[in-house]
Amino acid sequence: MLRSAITRSQLSRVAKSSHRSLSSSAFRNAETAPMIKLTVDGKEVEVPQGTALIQACELAGATIPRFCYHDRLAIAGNCRMCLVEVERAPKPVASCAMPAMPGSNVFTNSERTNKAREGVMEFLLANHPLDCPICDQGGECDLQDQSMRYGSDRSRFFEVTGKRAVENKDFGPLVKTSMNRCIQCTRCVRFANEVAGVEELGTTGRGNDLEIGTYVQKTLDSELSGNIVDLCPVGALTSKPYAFTARPWELKTTETVDALDAVGSNIRVDSRGHEVMRVQPRVNDDVNEEWISDRTRYACDGLKYQRLTNPLIRVGDRFQAASWPDALATVADSLKKSGAKGDEIQAIAGSLADTESLVALKDLLNKLGSENTALETKRGNAPPVHGVDHRSNYLFNVTIPGSEDADAVLFIGTNPRHEAAVINSRFRKSYLHNGTDFGVIGDKFDAIYDYEHIGVDAKTVGDFLSGGVKSPFAEKFKNAKKPLIVVGSAVAEHQDAESVYAAIAKHVETNKERFLTEEWNGFSTLQRAASRTAAYDVGFVPSHQAQSTKAKFIYLLNADDFDPDVIPRDAFVVYQGHHGDVGAQYADVVLPGVAYTEKGTTWINTEGRAQLGRAAISAPGASREDWKVIKALSELIGKPLPYEDIVAIRDRLWEISPALTRYDELEAPSSVSVGLGLAELVKNGQATTSTTPFQKPFENFYQTDPVSRASVTMANCVKSFVKGQNSEETSIPVGKDEQQKQSKHA
Amino acid sequence: MITRGYSKVASNLKPFGLVNIRTFATPQSGPHVLSTQAPSNQTKANAIKHQAQRPGSALDKASELFFFTEILRGMWVVAEQAFKAPYTIMYPFEKSPLSPRFRGEHALRRYPTGEERCIACKLCEAICPAQAITIESEARDDGARRTTRYDIDMTKCIYCGYCQEACPVDAIVETQNAEYSTETREELLYNKEKLLANGDRAEAEIAANIVADHPYR
Repeated sequence: MLRSAITRSQLSRVAKSSHRSLSSSAFRNAETAPMIKLTVDGKEVEVPQGTALIQACELAGATIPRFCYHDRLAIAGNCRMCLVEVERAPKPVASCAMPAMPGSNVFTNSERTNKAREGVMEFLLANHPLDCPICDQGGECDLQDQSMRYGSDRSRFFEVTGKRAVENKDFGPLVKTSMNRCIQCTRCVRFANEVAGVEELGTTGRGNDLEIGTYVQKTLDSELSGNIVDLCPVGALTSKPYAFTARPWELKTTETVDALDAVGSNIRVDSRGHEVMRVQPRVNDDVNEEWISDRTRYACDGLKYQRLTNPLIRVGDRFQAASWPDALATVADSLKKSGAKGDEIQAIAGSLADTESLVALKDLLNKLGSENTALETKRGNAPPVHGVDHRSNYLFNVTIPGSEDADAVLFIGTNPRHEAAVINSRFRKSYLHNGTDFGVIGDKFDAIYDYEHIGVDAKTVGDFLSGGVKSPFAEKFKNAKKPLIVVGSAVAEHQDAESVYAAIAKHVETNKERFLTEEWNGFSTLQRAASRTAAYDVGFVPSHQAQSTKAKFIYLLNADDFDPDVIPRDAFVVYQGHHGDVGAQYADVVLPGVAYTEKGTTWINTEGRAQLGRAAISAPGASREDWKVIKALSELIGKPLPYEDIVAIRDRLWEISPALTRYDELEAPSSVSVGLGLAELVKNGQATTSTTPFQKPFENFYQTDPVSRASVTMANCVKSFVKGQNSEETSIPVGKDEQQKQSKHA
Repeated sequence: MITRGYSKVASNLKPFGLVNIRTFATPQSGPHVLSTQAPSNQTKANAIKHQAQRPGSALDKASELFFFTEILRGMWVVAEQAFKAPYTIMYPFEKSPLSPRFRGEHALRRYPTGEERCIACKLCEAICPAQAITIESEARDDGARRTTRYDIDMTKCIYCGYCQEACPVDAIVETQNAEYSTETREELLYNKEKLLANGDRAEAEIAANIVADHPYR
């Protein structure tokens, strides 16, 4: 069944439908398929040919129970729960594995169907342990729900040997296994093989002895591993950090947007009281489908630790808690005392700064006569290489769903697996289904698709794009109909950034007919920080004069990853943020802001999509929403900002760019703007022979920002995945005990 | 359906005068109305008819009225009670018998090994209509699911017994103890230690009650 690993050769390369459709198989193009008609429970429905019967039934409004079927994974057809009766069929058919046939008459609620499903359920329950009260899935378990309808209240299972006992597997510090509960739907195996690209996960044995595992003792090393917890219809795979802490009925869910990377994954924050208990993905086909990365999912425990809850003023070599009026007055006084004028007042924004606070801080600085709004990145003190006048120069123009359509992708100075794990799964999808080829200039990385490593430096970029490199990928890239160049955000921070961008822009311009068509823009930048696109959009970048000014007063807005040298020793430093991380150590006054789960703000993801985050929990201690802090400070400084409430500041956002407040809509830059942007890039740089290699923006996927650095779970991940230590030491030793118990029973 | 069946039985028994026909607080409508369930003005007329048809002659009725027989009968009952032993018991020294199902102060039980029974499934917390129970849980060092906090606010509790009905492991029970009044309100906010102590103290009694009630479950 799933024994053979998924390889590209097995899959058709002809059809290319990457967008999710009603089609049962991802390889068939639903748009061109003819429509067929069939009757479900006396109701006529029309579906494209090739649609799975289960989809047609859903369309007719019938609910089909299922365990193994998942509309984003390949069809396995092994749970048999979705049986339906089809007229003139000798037996009930598994509706997930059966294509809808024209003219067929389907009964989803007949006596025969229900009897068949009850039989299936009885077999499933025969080996399923009765430990719902201690199972974390209890309350949100598919088996529990469906057994309410199809299960019997008593068992006919009287085996001397007892129920099946399976050894628990060690999947690392994120996923807890309880394999006795497994009903062998193989959703996790299919996810790992198709989406996450972890081909180690598979099944061994057959029939009753079928087991899910990694064959050899190996943890599940993927940035998307947490998704198998959501996929598991029973409690066999549960979240280890969340283990036993809460029940689904106690949680308040808030639909919001993730801010730990630039993808802008749609998430659901489940909170209890003042605590974020867990983060789960929300379905958005245009952004994250229904996957989120492990950092998004599991870094939420970092929101509890290291928090700044009170304004702090440095007295001597230590911080003293202060009231808001005192702290703000100190900042205002020190600004006056420091004698900072114009560009000597500097603001540095970090990766977790929301759009509203960026706008407020920029407006405040401009009112004070400063243009020195810098970013925390390596070259953030100077205007960015790609400029901010043309959006297409720094956006992921191809769009996230569009990235599946590329037939040759060149990564320059980026590791999409770490910088945008969810988008990376799209690349794997196109690799598997469309036969896309990949080339990499920059650091080698452990990709989930095959790629050709071309080089590591700016010189190679120039050589490759001018046709100086002869290789299979170069050939394919030259002939690709939809070529895609993905420039990493770290490239703009590199010393050769100008020449790299110029080379790319020149190449894109000369190959306009392939790179820039009406529905295709093959020049994309992959941002890695949630606030970066917004910062460029609102122009939170320093002016040319500002970059040479030595700052006397520095305002750090969520900035923690800056180079320490950019802060002069005698400057007065204010830190506004939510975690006592690196930035706070440099501060003279600390103003506590709130984290992304505690404020309702705008986030712009790497493709330029504005999304609205919502507050899941209240702000801890005396911390306040970031833009309000800046607003309050502006009053004390004597340059009051003109907005009083969130609506007014959104109006200001709209003034800057209407795209910032058109939520959930994507506005593609006009072709004129794209052309002008490219021309600017070409003008800026010359060809280079520099061989300084591109550098990874971060070594470690699990700890990239103050939230994930404060997270215990992420620290455990680093221990087990990055340093490769045995995760048994780092995790709760659940596995061992239960395994021992089981082996005794067995 | 039920009404129809009932009326059938009722009409069979009616000649023997055995059946007290059930009446409804809300007027019934629809086809299955009992024959005796006539509209209300007719019911009134029936009552008057009934009064007139009481057995006994006019002479009997007059003598009852004249000799106060009903009053005398009532007085006799009172006089009888005056010579019987009083029902009142000397409460703190004497106690009335309690049902094994009596729902008093709560307790958390342990297994004979000393392991606490509660597995933190939180079903009692979920079902508690007064929201008197608060549970926090996490994995214990050995990986077992256990509570780190089990609080019952006895001032909120309405002693409905749902918690012990919901408990899959018979951990939370209501004991027969109703004598736990305190001087301060705070003492009625029970925590896990208090509840476990209650269980340890009353384990024999709880076990006996469960055994006694077992045939009825």
